[in-house]
Amino acid sequence: MGQQTLYDKLWEQHVVHSEDDGTSLIYIDRHLVHEVTSPQAFEGLHIAGRKPWRTGSMLAVPDHNVPTTTDGAGIDDPVSRLQVETLNQNCNHFGIAEFSMADPRQGIVHVIGPEQGATLPGMTIVCGDSHTSTHGAFGALAFGIGTSEVEHVMVTQCLIQRKSKNMRIWIEGELRHGVSAKDIVLAVIGEIGTAGGTGYAIEFAGPVIRDLSMESRMTICNMTIEAGARAGLIAVDQTTIDYLEGRPFAPTGESWEKAVEAWRNLTSDDDAMFDHEIKIEASTILPQVTWGTSPEMVTDIEGYVPDPNDYEDPAISDGITRALEYMGLEAGTAIRDIKPELVFIGSCTNSRIEDLREAADVVRGRSVAPSIKQALVVPGSGLVKRQAEAEGLHQVFIDAGFEWRNPGCSMCLAMNADRLKPGERCASTSNRNFEGRQGQGGRTHLVSPSIAAASAIAGHFTSVEDL
Amino acid sequence: MDAFTVLDGLVAPLDRANVDTDAIIPKQFLKSIKRAGFGPNLFDEWRYMDQGEPGKDSSGRPLNPDFVLNQPRYQGASILLARENFGCGSSREHAPWALFDYGFRCIIAPSFADIFFNNCFKNAILPVVLNENIVDDLFIRVFKQPGFMLKVDLSVQTVEFPDGEKAQFEVEAFRKHCLLNGLDDIGLTLEKAEEIKLYEKRRRIEAPWLFDPVA
Ligand code: SF4
Repeated sequence: MGQQTLYDKLWEQHVVHSEDDGTSLIYIDRHLVHEVTSPQAFEGLHIAGRKPWRTGSMLAVPDHNVPTTTDGAGIDDPVSRLQVETLNQNCNHFGIAEFSMADPRQGIVHVIGPEQGATLPGMTIVCGDSHTSTHGAFGALAFGIGTSEVEHVMVTQCLIQRKSKNMRIWIEGELRHGVSAKDIVLAVIGEIGTAGGTGYAIEFAGPVIRDLSMESRMTICNMTIEAGARAGLIAVDQTTIDYLEGRPFAPTGESWEKAVEAWRNLTSDDDAMFDHEIKIEASTILPQVTWGTSPEMVTDIEGYVPDPNDYEDPAISDGITRALEYMGLEAGTAIRDIKPELVFIGSCTNSRIEDLREAADVVRGRSVAPSIKQALVVPGSGLVKRQAEAEGLHQVFIDAGFEWRNPGCSMCLAMNADRLKPGERCASTSNRNFEGRQGQGGRTHLVSPSIAAASAIAGHFTSVEDL
Repeated sequence: MDAFTVLDGLVAPLDRANVDTDAIIPKQFLKSIKRAGFGPNLFDEWRYMDQGEPGKDSSGRPLNPDFVLNQPRYQGASILLARENFGCGSSREHAPWALFDYGFRCIIAPSFADIFFNNCFKNAILPVVLNENIVDDLFIRVFKQPGFMLKVDLSVQTVEFPDGEKAQFEVEAFRKHCLLNGLDDIGLTLEKAEEIKLYEKRRRIEAPWLFDPVA
C-alpha cells in the first residue's frame, strides 16, 4: 500500500460500498444530535415508519435554544420550548441517549462529545451542525451534515459521500506570547479565505500543533468550516490519548489497550501526498480581530480597518464597502480604537475550561470598563461550569463585572434570549461574524478569549500586554 | 422528492459574494419543527425593513425596496444567479427549504459551499457551477434585459441563453440520477442493508470499541 494521509486512512476504513464514479457509502460511527436540525429528520422516520439503525451510536443534547439564565428550568419562548420538547419526545420514543436540559452534563454538542469520550479517534462523526469539524482534533473524520442526511444516517448508519482532496497546513516556529489557537485559525482563514478549503479535508500539523492541548486543537478544527473545509483533522498522539483516558464513554481495560494501539496509527505517513500544502511560521501570527462580516475579513491587533479604495477588484472593494457600512466602521481606523459595547466569552469554539482559564487570568483583579454594557461568560457544558467553579474562576469573572451563565450556544447565534440589538458591537469568542448572526443588526468582532477579556477591561480592542 | 428535469425560468440576480446561510434564513426561523413554510422569510433581514419573527405574518411587513427580490421585474423568478461561495456557513437545510418554498429551483454561481451544495440536491434544487466569466456576463445581461430567462436542462447538463447559446455544466452521475427521477436516497441505501451489516460484522472484530453504546 502506498503512503496515506490520515484522511485517506479514515476514509478507507469506513467505505462500505463504492460506485465507479467515486460516489461511496460511508459508515458512520457516532451521530450527535441537537434540537434544531433533527425534528424534521425524526418526522421523516415517523412518516415512513422507520427506526434508527443503531441507537447506541447516537447522543442527543439540546443546546442552541436553551436559556442561560435559568438552571435546567423551563424555556419562556414557546417556539423554542416546543423544539426542545420535541427532541425529548423523539429521544424517548426511539430510545436515544439524551442529556436533557436538567442533566448536569448538558452543554454544547461539540463540547460534550469529547468531554464524555463519545468522540474517539478513528471514528466517523456526524451531526446536523457545521462545527462538527471540531471533533477532527481527535483524529476522527468529523463533519457537519444537513437534515436530510441526519435522517439518512439515522435510518442507514451510512452517508453517501465522495472523497475530498487532502490539504495540509503545517505550522512551525514559535508562537508569540499571548497568541492562542483562535489566533492561529483566524490567521489561516485570513490567508486562505472562507472558500480556501472548499472540497478539502484539512489536516493541521507541525510542531506548533503537536504542542497544543486538546482544547486548543478543538478550537482550530472547529473553525475549519469557516475556511470552507467540512472536516479538519489533527493526528493522534499522546496528548489525545491522555485526554481520553477515563472519560465516561471511552473504552476501558483490554478494549482501551487495543484501541490505543490502533489509534497510534492515525497519523499521516511520512511521505503521504497532499493535494495542497501550506506552511505558516507561527511567529508571524499576532492576536487576530475580525473587522468585517466574514471570518476572512480579519487583521491583527496592530492592524487597521482596510480601505476599499486600495483594492482594484470591484468584487473585493464592494465587499469591503458593504461590510464597513454594516459594521459602522471607517476605513483606516486602528483596530485598537474600536470599542465593543458587549463581550461574549463562549461558543463551541472557545468555552472549554482552558478558554475560561485563559480569560480569567486576564481579568483577575481587574474590572470591566464602564463603557461595556454587558459581558457574558457562558461555559460550554455543565461540567465545564462545575470545573470552573471548583477553580474559583466564576468568582474572578463575577468580581470583574462579568455575568456567569449556564451552558448553551447563547450569543453565538442568538436563538435564545442572549442577543445583540441593532447596531450593538460585540467582542466575541465565537466563530461567525455574519450579518445578524448575534442578533439582527448586531456587529461581531471575532477574537480569542484573552483578547475578549482584555478588551472588556480596556473598553477597546487591546492585547493583554498593553492592559 | 420532486424531480428536476428541464426548467425554463426567470432569473433573479443576487450580486454579492459569500452569501451565508444565516442571511438566507435567519436563525429565529430555525425554531420551527417543520420543513415547509420558510419561503416568506427567505433573506428576511435583507428583504424587510422590520424584524421578522417566527409565526409573524409576513404579508403586511414593510419591504426593503432596494433588495433585488422585491423588484417587480424579478417576481416569479425560479433561477437565482449568485456569486462565489454561495451558501457558506451553517449547515442548516432550512436554507434550501426556504429557497425552494419561495420558488427557486436552480441556483447558478461560480462556486458553492460544500454542505449547502449537497443539501440542495436533497431538496430538488439544482446548483449549477458556471465559470466566473460566464456568470459575470449573465449578471450584465440580467440587469440589462427585463424578463431575462434561462433554460436549464439537467439531462444534457446545459444552461441555454435566450440567443440559443449554451453553457455546459458538470454534475455527479449519482446526484443527477436521483434528481432526474426524484429519488429519495434513503430507499436506495437501504437496498444495500446486507452490505452494511457485513461491514459492521467485520468492524466489530477489528474495532469493537466503536460499537459500545452511548448510554
Ligand atoms: S456554539 Fe455556535 S457555532 Fe457552536 S454549535 Fe452552538 S450555535 Fe453552532
